[in-house]
Amino acid sequence: MLDDFLIRAALAGVGLAFAVGPLGSFVVWRRMAYFGDATAHAAILGVALALLFSVPVTLGTLLVALTMALSVSWLVAQGYAMDATLGVLSHSALAAGLVAISFVPGVRVDLSAFLFGDILAVGWSDLWVIWGGAALVCALIFWRWSRLLTATLSEDLAMASGINPRREQLVLTLALAVVVAVALKVVGTLLIAAMLIIPAAAGRNLSRNPEAMVAWAIVIGAASALGGLAASFTLDAPAGPSIVVAAAAIFVIVVVLRRR
Amino acid sequence: MPEMPGDAPVKLLEGEGLTLEYGDLTVLDNVSVSVSEGEILTLIGPNGSGKSSLVRVLAGIATPKSGKVMRRPGLVIGYVPQKLALAPSLPLTVGRFLNLPKRHDAAWIAQVMDETGITGLVDRQLGELSGGQTQRALLARALLTSPDLLILDEPTTGLDQPGEADFYRQIEHLRDTKGVAVFMVSHDLHVVMSASDRVICLNHHVCCEGTPHVVRDAPEYRALFGPGTKGALALYQHQHDHSHHDHGHHDHDKAHDHAG
Repeated sequence: MLDDFLIRAALAGVGLAFAVGPLGSFVVWRRMAYFGDATAHAAILGVALALLFSVPVTLGTLLVALTMALSVSWLVAQGYAMDATLGVLSHSALAAGLVAISFVPGVRVDLSAFLFGDILAVGWSDLWVIWGGAALVCALIFWRWSRLLTATLSEDLAMASGINPRREQLVLTLALAVVVAVALKVVGTLLIAAMLIIPAAAGRNLSRNPEAMVAWAIVIGAASALGGLAASFTLDAPAGPSIVVAAAAIFVIVVVLRRR
Repeated sequence: MPEMPGDAPVKLLEGEGLTLEYGDLTVLDNVSVSVSEGEILTLIGPNGSGKSSLVRVLAGIATPKSGKVMRRPGLVIGYVPQKLALAPSLPLTVGRFLNLPKRHDAAWIAQVMDETGITGLVDRQLGELSGGQTQRALLARALLTSPDLLILDEPTTGLDQPGEADFYRQIEHLRDTKGVAVFMVSHDLHVVMSASDRVICLNHHVCCEGTPHVVRDAPEYRALFGPGTKGALALYQHQHDHSHHDHGHHDHDKAHDHAG
């Protein structure tokens, strides 16, 4: 079937939208953009380690992304400056990953597939991982929604209401690691943060409440994925970057429309 | 209220021997304080004297290094922070804000919004409110939980003087109608004098405490604030008491003892 890989790619893109929409909104609200970026960059080290030790790539990415996110959280809690800590860890992990991947014996690794994603090569098993991960992230955020939102609004108000903001931060960190692992195949490590931020930032302009912003982020994410795929197919452009360009275009359109 | 022998008011919240340190700085040094049912207790002290820290410890936001906080079982505390640093990226209507973290009945919300003077603002964005409206929204959110005790940290920050007087009158009215106890921080004794039953003057330790007039005349209070603070800010007291003007300070004080 000629269209089969396109259907799988479309399903992967829409699945990704469900994973990045809710989490991306929190990333925007809590100014965690660079945190997301650093965690995503660490994924390439996860890929290298997974290949070296012959474990599934998703598992390797998940574990390294989680380690990265927890390390940053811990170092910042120790009083290190957030931006410098992220800068050091993010680029070190990316560079270490690129070095490590060159030592993977035997196989010729297509590096660009991990850096920019390879959505057109998504298989049915990948789809299970993507939709399973998206469902997990959505369930996690839905379950903690009110507490996450209160902790995001004000840590003091949250604590006075008996909510532990650190625990909620941990929930988001966990969700971020899952999203990174899920998004790797679709847009690659370098553009994961873009998919977290751009749909949510565009949705901000259309929303009066947090719930609406999450819904818009999902819709815009899905539209970006489908539009990017279509553009990629007709223009023979790389799919991952095309999806991000589509998201950016929607962002610009939304901002211009809101200004008028 | 002077405590009569045999007249033991029910203590809602009690902090005993509270000590809090930030690095080498002792912010709270063996502070003991208690709030009884239905009373308005005001905490005053110079900038950096540990007022906010004490409020945070009592509200359950900060954990003291030593000492303990005892709450009457089942005590519901409504906490009103000094201000709310709202992220512009977070869309939030007043109505949604009032439902965080717990949702309330719409009729109940409408009633509390009426009581706090923010009728009709339910669909407005929280970030678009004026300073006074924001403080009232924060107060409304605290009142929605039907608290036994309101804890307010400099609730009139950013209000002009009539707004400030108005806010304190409202607090007093709430105590009179709902019987809610109030523990609040103020930067100036004279502004809150007639709305307070009891005043604690804090400078890392408890300098003095008692009725507003006792504290104002205490040498410890004078040493911290000097004798010169009586002038301009006594405005509220004058208006509230409907008094004649009198330049003899001591006679003046006696004339207004009924205010407390």
